[in-house]
Parts: sequence; structure tokens; C-alpha cells
Amino acid sequence: MKIVADSPPVLTALDRPNSYIGRAVPRPNLHRLTQGRGQYVSDVNLPRMAHVAFLRTPHAHARIVSIDTGAAKKSPGVIAVVTGAELAKVMTPWVGVLTHLKGLKSAQQYPIAVDRACWQGEAVCAVVAKSRAQAEDACELIDIAYEELPPVVDVELALDGQTPVIHAELGDNLCFERKLDVGEVDKALAGADAVVETTFMFGRHTGVTNEPRSIVADWNEGDRRLTVYQGTQAPHMMQNLFAKHLDLAEHQVRVLTKDVGGSFGIKVHCYADEMATVALAKLLKRPVKFVADRIESFVTDIHARDHRIKAKIGVTRDGTITAFEIDDLTGIGPYSVYPRTSGIEANQVVNLVGGPYTCPNYRAQTRVVFQNKNVMCQYRAVGHPIAVAVTEGLVELAAARIGMDPLELRRRNLFPDDGYPAQSASGLKFEQLSHHEALAHLDGMMNYAGLRAEQAELRKKGIYRGIGFASFIEVTNPSAAFYGVGGAKITSQDGATVKLDPQGTLTLQSGVTEQGQGTESVLAQVVATSFGISMDKVRIVLGDTDATPYGGGTWASRAAGIGGEAAWQAGKALRDNVLAVAGAMLQAKPEALDIRDGIVVDKANGAERLPLTELARVAYFRPDTLPPGFQAELVATRHYVPRGWPFAFTNGIQASYLEVDTDTGFVKLLRHWCVEDCGTIINPQLVNEQIRGGVVQGIGAALFEQCLYDERGQMMNGNMADYLVPMAGEMPDIDCGHVVSPTADSELGAKGAGEAGTAGAPACIMNAINDALRPLGAQPLTDMPFTPGKILRALGKV
Amino acid sequence: MKPAPFAYHKAASLADAIALLGQHSDARLLAGGQSLIATLNMRLSAPTLLIDINGIAGLAEIAVQDRAGKSFVEIGALVRHAQAERSDLIARHAPLIARAMPFIAHPAIRTRGTLGGSIAFADPAAEMPACLLALDGEVDAQGPDGKSTIKAADYFQGLYETALGSQDVLTGFRVPAADKDSRFGFAELARRHGDYAIVGLAASARAHGAGLADVRLAFFGVGNTPLRAEKSEAALAAGDIEAAVAALDLDPHDDIQATPEVKKHLAGVLLRRVAAQLMEAR
Amino acid sequence: MAELIMDITLTVNGEPVSERVEARKTLVDFVRDDLGLTGSHVGCEHGVCGACTMRVDGEIVRGCLMLAVQCDGATVETIEGLSDQGEVADLQAAFEQRNALQCGFCTPGMVTAAQAILLQAKASGTVPSREEIREHISGNYCRCTGYHAIVDAVETVAKARAGAKA
Ligand SMILES: Cc1cc2nc3c(=O)[nH]c(=O)nc-3n(C[C@H](O)[C@H](O)[C@H](O)COP(=O)(O)OP(=O)(O)OC[C@H]3O[C@@H](n4cnc5c(N)ncnc54)[C@H](O)[C@@H]3O)c2cc1C
Ligand code: FES
Ligand code: FES
Repeated sequence: MKIVADSPPVLTALDRPNSYIGRAVPRPNLHRLTQGRGQYVSDVNLPRMAHVAFLRTPHAHARIVSIDTGAAKKSPGVIAVVTGAELAKVMTPWVGVLTHLKGLKSAQQYPIAVDRACWQGEAVCAVVAKSRAQAEDACELIDIAYEELPPVVDVELALDGQTPVIHAELGDNLCFERKLDVGEVDKALAGADAVVETTFMFGRHTGVTNEPRSIVADWNEGDRRLTVYQGTQAPHMMQNLFAKHLDLAEHQVRVLTKDVGGSFGIKVHCYADEMATVALAKLLKRPVKFVADRIESFVTDIHARDHRIKAKIGVTRDGTITAFEIDDLTGIGPYSVYPRTSGIEANQVVNLVGGPYTCPNYRAQTRVVFQNKNVMCQYRAVGHPIAVAVTEGLVELAAARIGMDPLELRRRNLFPDDGYPAQSASGLKFEQLSHHEALAHLDGMMNYAGLRAEQAELRKKGIYRGIGFASFIEVTNPSAAFYGVGGAKITSQDGATVKLDPQGTLTLQSGVTEQGQGTESVLAQVVATSFGISMDKVRIVLGDTDATPYGGGTWASRAAGIGGEAAWQAGKALRDNVLAVAGAMLQAKPEALDIRDGIVVDKANGAERLPLTELARVAYFRPDTLPPGFQAELVATRHYVPRGWPFAFTNGIQASYLEVDTDTGFVKLLRHWCVEDCGTIINPQLVNEQIRGGVVQGIGAALFEQCLYDERGQMMNGNMADYLVPMAGEMPDIDCGHVVSPTADSELGAKGAGEAGTAGAPACIMNAINDALRPLGAQPLTDMPFTPGKILRALGKV
Repeated sequence: MKPAPFAYHKAASLADAIALLGQHSDARLLAGGQSLIATLNMRLSAPTLLIDINGIAGLAEIAVQDRAGKSFVEIGALVRHAQAERSDLIARHAPLIARAMPFIAHPAIRTRGTLGGSIAFADPAAEMPACLLALDGEVDAQGPDGKSTIKAADYFQGLYETALGSQDVLTGFRVPAADKDSRFGFAELARRHGDYAIVGLAASARAHGAGLADVRLAFFGVGNTPLRAEKSEAALAAGDIEAAVAALDLDPHDDIQATPEVKKHLAGVLLRRVAAQLMEAR
Repeated sequence: MAELIMDITLTVNGEPVSERVEARKTLVDFVRDDLGLTGSHVGCEHGVCGACTMRVDGEIVRGCLMLAVQCDGATVETIEGLSDQGEVADLQAAFEQRNALQCGFCTPGMVTAAQAILLQAKASGTVPSREEIREHISGNYCRCTGYHAIVDAVETVAKARAGAKA
């Protein structure tokens, strides 16, 4: 069913009276953020709190010959100066591997480098002082002698046998490799009327969360407990890791996460700096705070996307795609990142290329290599922007080659809407997607025919506008297949506990977390609906491992689909419990009652019987008046994990309309559209804003963002003036539309929506630029980001 | 990322500031701070003393004055970018500067950043130095040896290097006031609004019959200082835009934003655009 | 007198404040660390992100590019003060209604910056266009929203305020 922008979906089983499902209700608790009264970790200030600053190596690869901390220790305000070797006595090292990525290998990593530093920016010594400024003062007094080692920088050379091996114990610089060969690729390519072959390049980029990574760790020697305030997406995962590497029991560790200033996957990993901070707190028996400054964020926040992909597509004259083939090479820095590993992105690329299309012939190879640059790992939409750009780039190049409209070529190859369940060539299982309906919806929303006419008119005047598309699929709601089966303590289930408070209101505790996606709102909407109370009577508690059910947190677009379903079920369970109490009080059958807007009513006619305030008063303060033997149960917990499908795939299509100034190579974005199918829409406003934000991150990748390294492994633009993030002035307005195909795996039917924007936008922009420049005979651009220089080169102007 | 320690002194007068500069060889003047404080935060420089000149009276004025029979716009060193942007006098008498202002950074930076600071700092990709050069302005400085006036052509000496002595305070600058025959052109290319330009061009000329005379083209972002393109100026005065583009003899460096070839190409594009502006009636 | 540590007296959100600060301390660190006003955020400390935007003597500034000691005698307003005064209540409500914030880290700076263009518009009796709004907030980084919703919220308030005046 098709939904126009911002209108609520038509509902089925979820359509309870006073339902909040599908309504664009404003998020509760936003006042504190608009008034500047949130509590981000960078705001946390504890008694006796000290600040750590890390001295970082300026070399991409170097042996640490000696460290002289004498002068630093005497610097004003200094509490301790701690080297990697000293900290290694407090905390054990780790290795970022997962068993289900066969052959994946990595080396031991320490919280602070011991003996050898492997990328520019790796911490080599820590100073803890009364203020951050004093800690930085003392860092300048540490004297380190380095012996520079040759850095491995170029991924193309990393495996050539001549290039030094970064970790001798691993034998070579290969972290992970995967090959896939499905159907009859060679035959299919031979049988094609046209084969398009090109190489796609994706710039290394990074998340640049507005609030940098931050942590406050407090070891209380009396309680023998560690309390950690951290801006993380996965508090329980971090609890496990802190405990494991400090040799503590998990219940000795509490992780608290309140407001988080942006995450996007940047804050779902285990960082050496954070591990070091926690270890320092334990060592020094006092709270220690680390807030990464922007300069160190650029060289320590995970990077992502640095891929080189040779790719091929075969197509027949009638527009049948016969085969896809890719050869991917990516460099992930010196270590596979713990605990999710740095093999996942490449693995996803292999899984996702060709994903929207029925084409059965697909060959892929990927190699993931070590190099002496900052580490790479999962960042918003992991692998999707790459796979979508490769697939959709090939599709539009093929369409141009055979002279077919790019939407028409898609229509002829997308999985049919009535053909589900279906499976992609790479083996992805699709429950129900809606590629064709989404495409038709987009076509109408953007007035495609009208834009084509305008484009043709303007070309006559020397104005070059382009229209580009990207169909996509997105992995959401991951089951244990993502990490759990590989041996990582990253849970795919989530729990929700809901209780009726003595004043008839609800408190819900959940293991998912909020970094601005609107998780709190989703949970409140869901539980208010399934229980039967107004949203303002629901309080949500998140981000506290002492107080919430064990859960995975918020990543891979899982919070609404998984956390939401647990909350939905918990709300229903509590309703049943409460109706049992009401039945006892009213001497009625619980099945004949319901709860609507905080009042127990007769299910049949809605007649009001008992307000929850009264029910709660009796249950908590006058249980003596309830029938003998009856015990009111006013808390319910439910857990949920997707079991029917390893992932809930979503789908959609985006379009970009832009103008290229062919004199300057500058691109002006005029408009952007996205139609997405994320199943049941709990709150259309939240979904749309996830899409818009995601699209702009994708535009960043396509036009602006790149971590530039020189041949010595030095990052050259690690500051916000030189690393160009998208700002308001250059971004377009973005229109959103929806199609709704709920997943039957859960009652709620919601899939994820957090990454679709980022997944599709780079491909769209690329295709639109190439569409604009095609009449000028420009070489197709496939090397992101598309800077003015690259565009001018494609036009032969420089 | 916190600055290394430094002492702070709010200068009460020019003499006070100049005297302190004489006493502390690693002191720095603090004007708007929009460049300086960022570099201090990053510990790219670590002076032991900051001499804040914001309290010195009389340095934030904009006025039109006659000198030797010619009319000039006099602009004090502490005039802020936002003040210049809003100034009627500048809009009327130095429209080139008015046009450049919105390209400089962002509103919350323009409220603090000073025109004098821009000229003293002399970033090669900054707008104000190029405007000064295009307008054939001059800079007033005051130091231990008294006041001096430096022609724009002599002022910019190298990368972040100017004719200001280490103990000099830039007190202000002046540009000829525009009249009915003045023509101006301004364009720059920056990836994002408010960024330093990849390449920019500030230009002035005088209408001369149907054509132009006294053409002054000042490119920025293409060298260590803002640069005149004199051969192109002559070609433009002769009315030949394509010859002016062909005559461009810039030799830009590679930087993080663009290669020399790209910069050269873009300079040519800007020259065509600015030439068209100059040809239009004011 | 040139000092590493100085005493300053200023007005912050209407309250008189006297504190001893290091000369090197930026205004944003001062309000956050010394005054506990953590609504002004620190995103880059080199003037690019705008998370630290606040008002000094009525004009918006970068809190990371001014020193606390420069504010001796000044009037400083942070998001907390603007909120309590009610000056930006309509703007905050519009941000909330329109979901023009996600993580909210940029929001105090964004609201403070947007208020400046709204005041200018009011003074000149105009309503800024979407392009003008985009240009005005081009120095305020938001990684979450993609800006569209922020522009919507500011535009809504600009129109409402213009209407209210008419
Ligand atoms: C995000 C961002 C973007 C920016 N974009 C641009 C841009 O696009 N274009 C642009 O031109 N600028 C830009 N700037 C720089 C900004 O406009 C500065 O304000 C300006 O370059 C310097 O002026 P200031 O008054 O702030 O000088 P300060 O930072 O105070 O001083 C800069 C230097 O000049 C010296 N100095 C200052 N005044 C004097 C004086 N009167 N006499 C002698 N020496 C003096 C100081 O000692 C210091 O060394 C940007 C800044 C930021 C943070
Ligand atoms: S913290 Fe001041 S602009 Fe980023
Ligand atoms: S809402 Fe997160 S940075 Fe703007």
C-alpha cells in the first residue's frame, strides 16, 4: 500500500483505539535538549574527577625505543603518567576476530601501544591531570624516541610480497578474504549484448559525530565496582568488554548512557582510548574523564568505506541484466576493530551487490588488507553505500549503453512485488519487498517525465542538469546471524520491562538506546498503544546496565524493530496482568475488559469502569481488599529476537536532481527524493528525519568527505576546516514517501529505517552527475567524492 | 585541545600595545581572535602573552575623508566584518568590500573577526587582502618608530608575511572612495558557503567610454599572497576577455582543495565572470 | 597587568558573576566548567561546528574563539538564559514539533544562531527565504538531521513572527 509523505499508514492488528502507531507525535523529553539541559557524557562532572590526555604518535609506523616521562610527571596538576607497558598490567589485550568470518585474522591490540605504534594518532602514553589543559601541557614534556618503520599505505601493494608485513606473526597483510561464484557468470557475460566494466573508488571517510567520543570511568574501591558513563550505542556490550579485560565479573560494571551527541556506528565499537580510560580509573581509584577533541577524533574515530572495486555488468538489448561481477579491495588499518571486526563491511558488499535484481549470475571476491592508517570499521549503513553505488552505477551505465531509460531497465529486472519470498544471487532471503511500487511512487512524486522535459529544454541553453536513481535494499533487525554466531557477546535479542506505577502511570525500561533517532518516542508510542494509556503517562528508562533488561542497544537499524516489538509485547502482557486485577476488583471477566486512555473499560462498548489511578491505589496500598489468594502482578517483561528471517530487509529508491556547472565542476543539488518501505511505520516523522539525515550523510560521501592520507601514512585534513562535512548551505530539500510491507516476523511488523538514506544517496548523486555530463561525452565518474577537479577532468577541461 | 598557558593583557592604548610588543618577543596581538584563538587551541602556536587590542579607542571607525583632493574610505583596524557588512558608508563608497563580506566565514564569526585582523593575518585565500590590492588601498601601521603608511602593492610579501614590523600594530587602512565611473567585480569558488576560497578574484576598474581603464585584478587562493594579473588587466582594458584569460600567468600551488591545473582553470572561469561584472554599468 | 590567571566580573544570563580564570580558558569552557552551564557545547574548538554559539553583548559569537578574560564586563547569554527568558520559546517549540533535532547536540547553537536571523528579519520587516536561512546557519554543523527540518522550523517561526507583528 502506498503512503504519501507524512501521512499515517493504514493499520491492521495494530489499530487499537487511541493508537499512536503511525502518528507523527512529537518526541517526548525534547525540551531538555532544546534548552541545553541534556546530559551528554562531556557534561558529566564527578567529585575528584581527573582528566586524561593521550600523547599520540606522529608516525604511521614506528618502534617505540624509549619513553621518558620524568618531566611530565613534575608538570603542574599531573596525577599520573602511564605508558602502554604499565597499563598492560591492568588490562588484557584483545583480538578483533569473529569465527563466522572464516579465516579472518588480526593481531593483539593494547589500550595504549606497547613497543610499536601502527598508525598516526595511536596513543603511546597517557597523562592524567586535574584538568585537560594540564594533561595536555604535560604531554608536551614526554620525550619519546621512535625508530620509524616503513609504513604500509597503498592497499594495492599490501599483498605483493615486497611490502613489509605489519604483524609478522600473521604471516601476511591479509585480514580477510571471501569469494562467491553463483550461476554461470562467464556464460552470462558472453551472452550479453553489452558488457560494461569500470572501477569504482570510495573515499575513506568518517562519522564526525557532533559530540566527540567521550567517557567518564569511576572505580570505587569500596564497592569494588566500576561505573562508566559513556556515549555508546551498546552499553551491555561495553559492560561485557570492560569486565572481561579488567578481569571483573560483569555485575561489577555498570555502564550508563544518557544523551549521546550522535553515533552513526562511530560509537558502537571498542576503542583503545576508552579501554585505557577505564583501566586508568581502576589503577588510580578515581573518576577519569576522556573527551576526544576533534583533532584526535579524526585520527582515532573509526574510518570507513575505503574500497576499490572493479565491476562488470552484462545486459541484453531488451534490458535483461545477465550478470554482475565484482573484485573488491579494501584497507582497514593495522587492526581489525574489536569486537565487531573490520571484515563485516567487505562481507556486506559481497552480500549486497545486485541485491534488488533477479539476475542469478554473480561472482564476487573481496580482500581486506592491513595498512598503517587509522582503523576502519562499521559506520552507518555498513557496506550498503558501496554495494548500492556499484550496482546502481553499473545499472545506469548499462542503461545508457543500450539506450534504455534507467527506470525502465530497473522495471525489467527488479524482483517482482508479487514474487516473495525470494532469494538474491548471493543468498539473501527476502520476506516481502516492494521495489516496483516504490519506483512507481517515486516516479509520480518527482514528476519524472516533467523533469526530463525540463532537462532537455535547459540543455539547449547550455545548462546541464542530471537525474540519477538508486534502488536499494537494506539489512535491518539483525538476528544472531550477524554477530552472535561468530562468538561475540553482542546480543541480538532485546528486552523490555514495563511496570504500572502507584499513580497509574507506566515506566518502561529497555535495552535499546537513544542517540537521537527517537527511540524513546517509539517505545513510548508502542507501549502506550499496546497497554492503552496516553503517551504522556509513560516514562522511558534507557541506557543503564543496572536498570534495563539485557539488550543489544541501537545499531543496524534494530531499535524500533526489535526493541519496539519487545515493548509492544511487554505492554500487552502488563495489560493482561492489570485486567486480571481489574477483573478481581470489578468481579468481571478480564477478557471482557480493556484499557483505553488509562481507564479500564468494557471491551464491547467502551463503557468506563475503573481508572488506573484507582486500580493502582488499591493494588499497591489496599491489596487487603482484593480477593483472598489473588496477587496482583504489576510488572511485565518480554524479550524479542527475530527468528523467522536472519534479517528484515527493507527496500526503496532514491532520486537526485542536480546541476553541474561545467565551467567550474561545481555541483548544485536541486532536490532529492526517497521512497522507502520499512514495514510498519511507527512514527512517520521519525522515519522521514532518519531518511533525510541519512541522505545528507550519503551526499557527504558523494561530494565532500574524504580522509586524505599522504604516502607516509599521514592524514592531511584531520580538522573540520579541511575535512568537509555537509553544511546547510549546499544541501537540498528532501522529499520522502513510503510503501508499507510489514514483516510477519513480529506483531508490530516494523523494520528498520536508520540507514536507507545513507545507503542510496551516493549512488544517486553519482548517477545524476553522469546523467548531466553524458551529452558532453564526459568519461563516467566513479571515484568518490566527486570534487570539482575530478569533474573538470572528466570533462577534459583540465 | 586546550591552549598552552599564556598571559593576557588588555591594552589601554596603542602606545601600551606597542610597548608591550617591544618587551615580549613572543607576544601576539589579539584582535577578533577568529584565526588566532583557533591556532592557540590547536597548539599550533604558543605565545607567552596575548595583547588584546579590542579596548583601544578609535580603531573601529568607518569614515569618508578627503586627502589631497581625493576621497577615501578610512576603515579602522577593529571594524568587524559584521559591522562592515551593515555599513551604509561601505556599501556606498567601497562596494567591493561590501560584496566580499558575506563570503567571509559565518555570521557568528563575522561579529568578532576584524578587517584589520584579516589584513594583518594575510591568509592567501582570504577576501580582504585581495580587495585591498584590487582597490589600490594602503595600510596604516604604528610601531616604536611612529606611524607609517604602506601601499597595498608593497604590503603583501609572502605566505602570511607582510610589511608590518614585529612591533607594529595595523591601525587601519584606506581605499579610494568609489565614484560614478568606478566598476567592481567579485567572485570566488568555495566548496561550502563561508569556507576559504579555492580561487577568488576581486577586481576594480574605471569606465572609460564604452570600455574599461585602470583595471586591477587581484586573485586569491592561487599563491602566497593575493596576486595581480597585470597582463590580463591590460587585455581587459583593451576589451578582449579571451585574451585576458589567455594572458593569465598564475602559478598556483597544490593544496588540499585543488591541483594547480584546476586552480588555473578556475581562475580563468572567474576572470570571465568578473570581466562581465566589470563591463556592466554600476 | 599581564597575568596567567585573572579575576573577571561579568553578567551571565542576567546574573552577576565574579570568577578567577586562567587567561587561556575559552569562553565556552568557562561557562561549562566554571559556571556549570553545559548547554553550550564543544564540537571542534576551532570555530567550524558552531555548537558553542552563544551571545556576547547581544551578538552571536563562537564560544571557543573567545577567551573568558575577554568577557570581563560583558553580558553573556547562553541557551539556558535564552530559554529562561522565554525569548526563543517559539523557536524551541517549532524545533520540537518539527523534530528539527535528533541527538540535540547542535541544537543550542542552532537555536541561538537562528534567533539572530529572526531578529534581523523582524527589524527589517522581512521574512527570510529558505536559502537565506540555509546561508545564515551554514556555520552550524548538524550531523543528524540533514538540515531540512531545521530550515522548516526556522521558516515557520519567521512567518509566524511576521504574522504576529502585522
Ligand atoms: C570557520 C572559519 C571560517 C573562516 N573563513 C574565512 C574566510 O572565508 N575568509 C577569511 O578571510 N577569513 C575567514 N576566517 C578567518 C576570520 O575571518 C578571521 O577573523 C580573520 O582572518 C582574522 O581576523 P581577526 O580579527 O579574527 O584576527 P585575529 O585572529 O585576532 O588575529 C590574526 C592574526 O593577525 C594579527 N593581528 C590581528 N589584528 C592585528 C592588528 N591590528 N595589527 C597587527 N596584527 C594584527 C594577530 O596577532 C594574529 O597573528 C574564518 C575563520 C573561521 C573560524
Ligand atoms: S566548538 Fe566552537 S565552533 Fe566548534
Ligand atoms: S541533532 Fe545531532 S548534530 Fe544536530
